[in-house]
Amino acid sequence: MASRIDVSIEHSHAPEQPDSAKPHPNTCPGCGSHYRDDELDAHLRVCRQCGHHFSVRARARVGQLVDEGSFVEEAADLRSDDPLGFYDLRPYTERLAAAELETGLGDAMVIGEASIERRACALAVMDFAFMGGSMGSVVGEKFCRACEGAIEREVPLVSVTASGGARMQEGILSLMQLPKTVCAVEDMRDAGVALISVMAHPTTAGVLASFASLGDVVIAEPGALLAFTGPRVVQQTTREKLPDDFGLAESNYRFGHVDAIVARPQLRSYLGRLLGLLTHADRG
Amino acid sequence: MPTEAEVRLRERLSKLRSLRLLGGAKVDGEVERLERQLERISEEPVEDGIWRSVELARDDDRPYTLDYVDRIMDDFVELRGDQVRADDPALVCGLGHFDGRTVALIGHQKARDLRERTRRNFGMAHPEGYRKAMRVMQLADRHGFPVVSLVDTPGAYPGVAAEQHGQGGAIARSQALMARLETPTVACIIGEGGSGGAIAIALSDRVLMQENAIYSVISPEGCAAILWRDQDEKAKAAAAFRPDAAHCLELGVVDAIVAEPPGGAQTDHDEAARLLADAIRASLNELDGVSGEELKRRRRRKFRSLGVYAVNT
Repeated sequence: MASRIDVSIEHSHAPEQPDSAKPHPNTCPGCGSHYRDDELDAHLRVCRQCGHHFSVRARARVGQLVDEGSFVEEAADLRSDDPLGFYDLRPYTERLAAAELETGLGDAMVIGEASIERRACALAVMDFAFMGGSMGSVVGEKFCRACEGAIEREVPLVSVTASGGARMQEGILSLMQLPKTVCAVEDMRDAGVALISVMAHPTTAGVLASFASLGDVVIAEPGALLAFTGPRVVQQTTREKLPDDFGLAESNYRFGHVDAIVARPQLRSYLGRLLGLLTHADRG
Repeated sequence: MPTEAEVRLRERLSKLRSLRLLGGAKVDGEVERLERQLERISEEPVEDGIWRSVELARDDDRPYTLDYVDRIMDDFVELRGDQVRADDPALVCGLGHFDGRTVALIGHQKARDLRERTRRNFGMAHPEGYRKAMRVMQLADRHGFPVVSLVDTPGAYPGVAAEQHGQGGAIARSQALMARLETPTVACIIGEGGSGGAIAIALSDRVLMQENAIYSVISPEGCAAILWRDQDEKAKAAAAFRPDAAHCLELGVVDAIVAEPPGGAQTDHDEAARLLADAIRASLNELDGVSGEELKRRRRRKFRSLGVYAVNT
């Protein structure tokens, strides 16, 4: 095998932003209110002043949605490989290791079986904190296994997405996770098993352009950015003037791309109702 | 006496055999074919070589979809419009005779002069384009016509209207439809295979790629801007994610590489078209006689197997 191509560059090109330039993660970007961790968690990470929805980590999301103790995780042992020997400013393997340490997750998606309001379902929940929730081979594989689990148990699959899109570090294989997950959804359709897609902030690019958009029912969280291309890139490439609500859940709702915008405190009961409607009684 | 390049290709092939979890059955069954394919590739791409493919894939004189249609199809009739909102000239769809049988053709269309380029939107389709492709694929499915896709796009159009009209959903649904078709499907990357805009019409039974085409998750410029925070690092970005045909073949993302005339497809459109037609014909022949249900099952299994990961023990 030819030696790996050195693609590192002088770091002076890309200065890291100083921490002080970033707002504190517990400060509401909507109204500037500041919360302690426990205050935020007690309110499902929704701002009590303005209703801004802070992002929710995958395990916390599972905790918010499922009946206590009902979640059984699957495929937790899958880890990303580095098929390209990719490195940009840092090697991909190093980014993966750092993400795993930081998040305590093997990759950007957690899957398993659970019940919501006493309705059995399969779950696939993304975590934006793991490399921007990007979809590489592991996310694609886990989503497919979640679909297969749903088919096997004849229960609906609930997916919760938060993703910047495909994981560039896996090159073309990350693009192939689009058709791969789409094929898994089509298998579910053939088996008569429903997909409920909950799009949290942000659900963009490759994830929006694959399984997330294929939900039999598509739900968005308020204020979530749901766009194939984000506002910054659209602005840069087209020089168009963007509407204030460009790509947001509310705009998507107006244009008919989502069935409902459901605030987080209502999400669990909303999913419970949907699961009740989409579960076939004759299948036990 | 094997050349140095050949030796390196053989090394690459031996790596391919040992790649974990690449979908064992597929790799085992196709090693022989891959060997033949790899023999065609004359040199190991390095950074300059990979950037050269990017430039060749974007060459203004490279044949575009309609250049091929003129040369390899008879009685081509273009079908226009998504029957909902608009016609998208960035994506050409129609029916024609290929080898004496009717096929549906779907292809991105770029152009050479400025006015026409603008009209074709540089081959960047709106959701209306993908919806048009879907209705033509459905037509083909009803009649059992094979679907031939020619992929040549920098990506799906990133504009306000495209978003408002559901770009992400259109790309997802076009793929979903392709996963359901019960008619043979062949796609060939003939220039730029740009991300979601490309895969929307390339979830096919056979995916071919021309020797100097590129197929990638993001443009080299986009990748450089995000990961290096500097667009000028595009050649490094391309070398890092390797959008070249040999690499796509190695990963099982494409099934075969279609040879181009010496120097590239831009040097001889007729010869490039002849080689492309041969490859499409061979692919369609392979799929002849396979039932619709079986085509669908194999197609899904093929895409299901794509990806490389590890199991933590």
